[in-house]
Amino acid sequence: MSAEATAYRKLKDLPKDEVVLPGTSLCAGCGGLEAFRLFAKVLGDRVMYVNAAGCFTMLAAFPYTPFRGSWLFTTMGSAPAGAQGIRDALDVLMARGRMKPEDDVQVVVVAGDGSTYDMAVSATSGALGRKLDFWYFCYDNESYGNTGVQMSSATPFAVRTSTTPVTARTPDGMEGERKDIFEIWRAHHPAYLATVSPRYPVDLARKVERARALRGPKLFLAAAPCPTGWEFDPARTNEQARLQVEAGIFPLKEAIGDGPVVHTVVPGRRRPVEEYLRGEGRFRHLFAPVRRDEAVAKIQARVDRYWSAVSAPAP
Amino acid sequence: MKQMMTGNTAAAWGARLADVDYVPAFPITPQTEIIEALAGWCAEGAMAARFVTLDSEHSMLTAAGAAAAAGARVFTATSSQGLLYGFELLYNTAGWRVPFVLVNVSRGLAAPVTLETDHNDILAARDSGCLQIHAETCQEVLDSVLMAYRIAEDRRVLLPVIVNLDGFTLSFTREPVDVPSSADAAAYVGTYEPRHAYVRGERPMAQGVAVLGGAAYSHFRYQMHLAAQNALAVHEDVAAAFATRFGRRYGLVDEYRLDDADLALVMSNSYATKGRAAVDRARAAGVRLGLLRLRVIRPFPIAALRERLAGRSAVAVIDQNLSIGAGGILVREIAHALYDHPSRPRLLSYVGGLGGKDLSEAEFSAIVDDLVRAADTGEVPAPRLLMTEPEAAQVHTLLAIAGKDGGT
Repeated sequence: MSAEATAYRKLKDLPKDEVVLPGTSLCAGCGGLEAFRLFAKVLGDRVMYVNAAGCFTMLAAFPYTPFRGSWLFTTMGSAPAGAQGIRDALDVLMARGRMKPEDDVQVVVVAGDGSTYDMAVSATSGALGRKLDFWYFCYDNESYGNTGVQMSSATPFAVRTSTTPVTARTPDGMEGERKDIFEIWRAHHPAYLATVSPRYPVDLARKVERARALRGPKLFLAAAPCPTGWEFDPARTNEQARLQVEAGIFPLKEAIGDGPVVHTVVPGRRRPVEEYLRGEGRFRHLFAPVRRDEAVAKIQARVDRYWSAVSAPAP
Repeated sequence: MKQMMTGNTAAAWGARLADVDYVPAFPITPQTEIIEALAGWCAEGAMAARFVTLDSEHSMLTAAGAAAAAGARVFTATSSQGLLYGFELLYNTAGWRVPFVLVNVSRGLAAPVTLETDHNDILAARDSGCLQIHAETCQEVLDSVLMAYRIAEDRRVLLPVIVNLDGFTLSFTREPVDVPSSADAAAYVGTYEPRHAYVRGERPMAQGVAVLGGAAYSHFRYQMHLAAQNALAVHEDVAAAFATRFGRRYGLVDEYRLDDADLALVMSNSYATKGRAAVDRARAAGVRLGLLRLRVIRPFPIAALRERLAGRSAVAVIDQNLSIGAGGILVREIAHALYDHPSRPRLLSYVGGLGGKDLSEAEFSAIVDDLVRAADTGEVPAPRLLMTEPEAAQVHTLLAIAGKDGGT
């Protein structure tokens, strides 16, 4: 993408102004909040965040809000329908001359993976079907985090959560695989969709920059390493976020319209998944008291299979 | 000019004459005719509103509340299972303190699934913070929608309002309706100019935020309750202005031959029309019976009920609903309103008309007999579930076909 005109070539190119201010009640080291902070500062403050119940709901707790933009908390299952109502209202009020176009805002759903992968799939599919002009930011910490880390449909194979416990009968913890929400979205032909990571801010900023020109649904699926739920020291969030990408577990990619899926960060030589897995307590049972070779090999094989199917990596 | 139209069409006319900005929709029997009419008018340009079909009532009510939070005037409609599917949003949008109007076309709740009317759907929403106006006629449906916008948008209230009409018996019944002119309706309803909830890039606002701690939560819930109680006075203002402009006067409660009545029926919605006929039959037989129809059910008009029911010898409440394990819902609320009045009447409780079951002359006669006996002897029968012998025989026939009659 080096030939592309972009305002973002290095970290210091990102806007200095913060639009999501610090001092909230979220957990220390929240990777999702860091991804959101970066996303929001590139998008700017003319926004209406429409929130689904989850960890981020606690960002705005009366009488405080950390946002320079507007905020509406809805429900766990219907934030995209809230975005529909806001977008439609603003459009009709402008069309009827009751609101000035300069007062218009971008509408942004802010939801966790529990809402995104499970409860709000119907509302999301509806908004995608109607080609709603909105952004969807999902902080994907691969669990129902706010309720104490239970399995969600984003929970990967072999994760221990409080509802996929490791027992003699279930030695791997989570026995299934997580849904591929990126492809579920892509089947709806949205205007834009991307995965992003807080450890790759320039990649993230350029994706916001590209998506900004497009009308219609725009997904930002953000890796959200979660010290509390994934069990690592909050100081290591960036390290786990980097390993997640370098091991090929969380591919950074995008697709514009019906165009091909382009991988925007391709690890030259992928790190073994084990390096990533060993950094998180939720995978501890794969290595102690006995090493579970079969499970580790299965995770590695899935990653290898994914990348072998990636035909045209970005330059 | 009067036109023949169904209750559903009258509801749609209410939205059209209120010049709403936005109609989020989802079909469900017996409400669908409302959104079909609105879809047509929006498509052809007779209405300036944006019409959008959502993926469910849960999404529909989210979009309705969100659009109201953005400063638009919103109308939507549902029934029964749809109201329950969107239930979470009734509480949520009321808590957002955003005004919009929802028409509910009452229908019995599953299971067993059915289509015809009773009020368990709408009364399930009674604690939500959404106000409730219950209409008896097609004219009242249209008029109540117009009045509902003025109540909902009044700064003393700022809560959603549900206008309820009975499925089938009113939704699909054609009656002559005086349709106000657009100019008269616009002059009456006015324009919505939100001062408390809107979305503007220049003036960011956080809405629907979390609170931590019971004191702050209690404060906001009490504010909703006080606002709902304010709606009693606001309704009277709005009704007076309506009467001045259109010549039709609506009270918090409606009544028929009640002034000199010693005995009274209490009913709501379209079946009250059957109650009026029962009053006429009783009067012809020399029984001083009257009828009180509950119209505004949230806020609950306690003072009006005390004023109109205290001093009667006996009052029979016909609940077209059933709180399973408790009995009729409204009789309990009326008992609470009357309990500490020094001349409270004997209070009799009936459950009938569930799932569109008719209320026959025989059932009304039985109720009147009970009322007379209660007035004479003080004897109050245990709450009664209404059903006629022919209806019971019909049920036994069905049970026999299913192989369930007389067996285990």
